Amino acid sequence: MMKTEVTIAGVTFKNPVMEGSGTFGSGMEYSEFVDLNKLGAVVTKGVANVPWPGNPTPRVCEVYGGMLNAIGLQNPGIEVFCERDLPFLSKYDTKVIVNVCGRSVEDYVEVAERLSDEDRVDMLEINVSCPNVKEGAIAFGTDRNCLENITSQIKAHTKKPVIMKLTPNVTNIAEMAMAAESGGADAISLINTITGMKIDIERRRFALANKTGGMSGPAIKPVAVRMVYQASHAVKIPVIGMGGIATGDDAIEFMMAGATAVSVGMMNFVNPYATIECVKGIEDYMTRHGIEDINEIIGCV
Amino acid sequence: MKAKVTGKVISQSCIAPGIYDLKIETSLAGDAHAGQFVGVFTKDASALLPRPISICGVSDDKKSIRLVYRVAGKGTDGFSKLDEGDEVSLLGVLGNGYDIEKLSSAGNGSGSKVLLLGGGIGIPPMLELAKELHAAGVSVSSVMGYRDERTFLLDEFTAFSDTYVATEDGSLGTKGNVLDAVRENGIEFDAICACGPLPMLRAIKEFAGEKKAYISLEERMACGVGACLGCVVKTKEVDHHSHVNNARICTDGPVFEASEVEI
Repeated sequence: MMKTEVTIAGVTFKNPVMEGSGTFGSGMEYSEFVDLNKLGAVVTKGVANVPWPGNPTPRVCEVYGGMLNAIGLQNPGIEVFCERDLPFLSKYDTKVIVNVCGRSVEDYVEVAERLSDEDRVDMLEINVSCPNVKEGAIAFGTDRNCLENITSQIKAHTKKPVIMKLTPNVTNIAEMAMAAESGGADAISLINTITGMKIDIERRRFALANKTGGMSGPAIKPVAVRMVYQASHAVKIPVIGMGGIATGDDAIEFMMAGATAVSVGMMNFVNPYATIECVKGIEDYMTRHGIEDINEIIGCV
Repeated sequence: MKAKVTGKVISQSCIAPGIYDLKIETSLAGDAHAGQFVGVFTKDASALLPRPISICGVSDDKKSIRLVYRVAGKGTDGFSKLDEGDEVSLLGVLGNGYDIEKLSSAGNGSGSKVLLLGGGIGIPPMLELAKELHAAGVSVSSVMGYRDERTFLLDEFTAFSDTYVATEDGSLGTKGNVLDAVRENGIEFDAICACGPLPMLRAIKEFAGEKKAYISLEERMACGVGACLGCVVKTKEVDHHSHVNNARICTDGPVFEASEVEI
């Protein structure tokens, strides 16, 4: 019997496949395509203490092998999320990781406290790395002292395990991983998008209204694999790897680099069945190589 | 039920400079209606996102769809090279489409008169709408606007509607835009349906006044299914999804009542 279960901070996932926050809503839109029961977890779109309107359009554009986005974390706020999205997710046998965004430490803490008593929430993922929100979110993720401080403050206000989501837009990813760990994070996830820009040369204009956006997609995968490798070797806490994952083979590559679980992000837009195909692809790989327990391959290179 | 499927090209032809007429056999046709769209995938692995293209026609046997599109970049350029028998990946059917029932009752008891306004590459979705409205017994007037006399699809509207044309250079029909043609011909209507460039839609929103105008919007999209929040339009009322006056064009639209959106 093949074992695909992985455990992070005491939470056991039936398989290591999740999806990247912001690419999957709260699962509702993609439940038309995939059986959410078959995913290791659903990671929700970032939610703040109050509704956020997001950025002006155009918010997305395609680039070679990927895309740029500057959505600006549009979200309905924590109350609507708890009233609508959590009951929806309660219908499924999968773990729920709620991505939390904010503009100040107080914002994050407010959401973390609000979710502390929600039984349906298994873990929190803290977005301190969105490149598209001006008021500072990324500052928490690019300064090691800020990151350690916000991690410990959130940890002090919630009983849920906390994943800190790291930005790749730093000089030394290992240092940031260590900062999250010393702040008390239960796990880290990476990479968020890489800051990029596209110019429409016909119109002499930025392709995105926000000028810059976060790049995702298969083109960033080698960067992500490298960072997952460096981060996972710098800390003892588990790592959730992401960045351009499209197939089971991609997932295996991230796990060999040191990830305990993986997320499918932008590729959901290209193939709405990508998450399920990743689960199947991992199983096929295990069969092909006679692997009984997926945990055997984590960090094996 | 939305799905990503593989369709098979039945035929393709160039019907005006840069405008292509592509017929695809696909299981999506069964659910496809006027005003909806499909995401078409390129065969180029570096150009990953689906291209949203409106449905110009659904075959009577509900086995194929017709897409009339303009080559606007490398994705659509690739589509223009598709040949009979080629496979093409599609995501669909997407969007809300036009509400034929509501339009049928726009006349408040007397026969409903619906005015269709199409500009440029906004013309193709109006053809399927004309067909569906005609089948529902609605009296349809179509006014299509082109740059010059190199029109496309125009003669097909005559089977379903009183058909008028406007050209920017005056080489055919009314010289000017579609609203100039509506005024010149004194066309009466109970409701308007429109698709075309944003300045045209803004003018129609104002022109409609008290009457309902249903406009089809476009925006850069990624997922096409309402998850990524890339393609939003500002709304007058709080939207039901994010509660921030931003509706999702791909799912809450692309068809909106003009007075509900800020364009």
